[in-house]
Amino acid sequence: MTNSTVEAIQGIEKIRASNIPVVEPLSNGHRACQGCGEVLALRLVMKALGHNVIVVSATGCMEIISSPYPQTAWEVPWLHVAFENAAAVASGVEAAYRVMNRKGKINQPDVTILAYGGDGGTADIGLQSLSGALERGHNFLYVCLDNEAYMNTGIQRSSSTPYGAMTTTSPPGKKSIGQMTWKKNVAAIAAAHEIPYVATASPAFHIDLMNKVRKGAAVKGPAYIHIYSPCPTGWRCDPSMSVHVARLVVQTRIFPLYEVVDGHWRLTNKVKRPKPVIEYLKTQRRFRHLTEKEINKIQQRVDKEWEELVKRCEY
Amino acid sequence: MGKRVGIEVSLAVSHAVMLVDVDVIAAYPITPQTHIVEHLSELVADGELDAEFIPVESEHSAMSTSVGASAAGVRTFTATSSQGLALMVEIMYIASSLRLPIVMAVANRALSGPISIWNDHSDMMLSRDTGWIQTVAENGQEAFDLILHAYRVAEDPRVMLPMIVNLDGFTLSHMIEPIEFLSREEVNKYIRPYRAPLRMDPENPITMGPVGMPEVYTEAKKAQDEALKNSKEVIIEAWKEFGDLFGRYYSPVETYRMEDAETAIVIMGSLAETAMTAVDRMREKGKKVGIVRPRLFRPFPAQEIVSALENVNNVAVIDRALALNGMGGPFSFEIRSVLYDSGLHPYIKNYIAGLGGRDVTVENFTEIASDIEKCSREGVKPGYEIINVRE
Ligand SMILES: Cc1ncc(C[n+]2csc(CCOP(=O)(O)OP(=O)(O)O)c2C)c(N)n1
Ligand code: SF4
Ligand SMILES: [Mg+2]
Repeated sequence: MTNSTVEAIQGIEKIRASNIPVVEPLSNGHRACQGCGEVLALRLVMKALGHNVIVVSATGCMEIISSPYPQTAWEVPWLHVAFENAAAVASGVEAAYRVMNRKGKINQPDVTILAYGGDGGTADIGLQSLSGALERGHNFLYVCLDNEAYMNTGIQRSSSTPYGAMTTTSPPGKKSIGQMTWKKNVAAIAAAHEIPYVATASPAFHIDLMNKVRKGAAVKGPAYIHIYSPCPTGWRCDPSMSVHVARLVVQTRIFPLYEVVDGHWRLTNKVKRPKPVIEYLKTQRRFRHLTEKEINKIQQRVDKEWEELVKRCEY
Repeated sequence: MGKRVGIEVSLAVSHAVMLVDVDVIAAYPITPQTHIVEHLSELVADGELDAEFIPVESEHSAMSTSVGASAAGVRTFTATSSQGLALMVEIMYIASSLRLPIVMAVANRALSGPISIWNDHSDMMLSRDTGWIQTVAENGQEAFDLILHAYRVAEDPRVMLPMIVNLDGFTLSHMIEPIEFLSREEVNKYIRPYRAPLRMDPENPITMGPVGMPEVYTEAKKAQDEALKNSKEVIIEAWKEFGDLFGRYYSPVETYRMEDAETAIVIMGSLAETAMTAVDRMREKGKKVGIVRPRLFRPFPAQEIVSALENVNNVAVIDRALALNGMGGPFSFEIRSVLYDSGLHPYIKNYIAGLGGRDVTVENFTEIASDIEKCSREGVKPGYEIINVRE
């Protein structure tokens, strides 16, 4: 780990239960569904970042629900351009701030540049622009709000939809069990760019999430945080259960929480006594059709992936 | 004013970009544009230009990065051709609706397929309704001057629209031409430091790019249309000021030997120089032929075109692109449309010429002039023809 990354991470003002930021740069009055885990995650991201930030949004639920002109839920500068290019737009904003500061046109060296997108905007259509921005080393934080499908257009599958899930383009039927592919691991792809900071987070572990956001913003260079974001509307689950589901996904080791700092992998939640995946799967009707055989297959896959992750973290 | 220097036109374009002290350049290679951004990267590497040079991973990202930088309040530049422009189009529409004064050079090239790196105007036509102001250079000096003009116009608080300077790929971009450069001091008299009226700034937060519900979308589009139309006045004013400062005057539509012309060749871009040679030869033989060359393509200079064509009998519209709709080339639709609305009814024929780098010669223009005169005399049903097709 480089000194500058370690220093930056150690230098953050840590969030604890006693000092959770009261600011709401993403204010209330937006139009997200009841129990939306994605807007909860984004709200936590913004609480951690505060107001000295510029936000670039990809098209998707979080864009639509927060900006119906002439209203806006944003107390901070917010820029939406298109679906697949949030990382490229953020590259431009970041470069502009760098050059304006260098030329003495402004004196705002500490502005955080945040780009966010859904799983579709990140894992699929925006993967190229994300990779480009990470590779070029822009000093920005990218957050993927992963609700495991294209929700804004009506619950279509993405490459981040988990195996077996029902979506409107991966319907179970006589010849299909629903989504037939395994979830793409975008956090690992981001880590392969050897950027200073990569992490996964879940809004059920809100303090962990907010501290990871602060670390991502603090390091010099690109940071990527992949946030699991329950969508009761798309997952067909009880809106009051979003946080519960967001906790279970970690407790079953389906969505492990970890950090990759300058290439060093570290579990941030060891999940000593994992629950069986069935406990998670049964909370959502998108998995209702799965047979015991399929559920066993998922369990095996989760076990194998966990083992591999633990090995990575040992190095 | 400096002396003339022989230089490749692409490099002259880069030089103009350096003179306006651009802040962010997003670059992606594509022939025949590449020399422009290569030279800019050299200028940055040598410390002659203090800018962020961002070698993006696609033209889509080049345009997106330019949007981000411009929204943050800095002067930006990018350049492209053909397939690159096609990839940008989605974001070009957004850039103009966000009213961002991005300047882009387009070294015009044919669109695939089949893939062709050579010159025509199909890329220009693809982007014609993106809401960008567009000018078209005829020669190297114009390309250099139009870049300066573009920054002046795009950033004018009365305009705030992105702007393209078109120059023909290879046949202009790669030519070595004598160009009279301006010094930084001279350029500073013409181009003021850019101050964005609104920008991404945590000290003054705004929401940019919100959802346009049906209650506001139409109004947003109307406002954009008005802004584009109104920009014409500023475009002309900025050309006049350029002329007053540096002695080179430009106008939305150039005419050549049109005084008593009976037949007009309407054409855009550097091929007009070949047409001029043809017109000179025809004039020697007493044929009354002239040229009308729009330098301003967007907003469309309808009024100037009508005045230029007021007294002619025949209008030969040369398209450097084919619209695949069975009706000819896109430029001809626009010329026909403005003439129809003006009540003028000359004989109009559309010639599709020089697709994908096919040579267009002086003889071709004399043939075109003879052909349209004959068609008009014989009352042949007007239409379009693709010339120089090998049988
Ligand atoms: C180029 C392009 N293709 C498709 C769309 C349509 N579209 C808008 S939002 C969206 C889904 C977004 O899904 P995701 O990124 O997962 O975000 P979510 O809505 O789930 O938060 C799609 C397909 C678009 N706006 N632009
Ligand atoms: S569809 Fe899902 S992600 Fe979108 S606003 Fe509703 S709950 Fe949130
Ligand atoms: Mg999604």
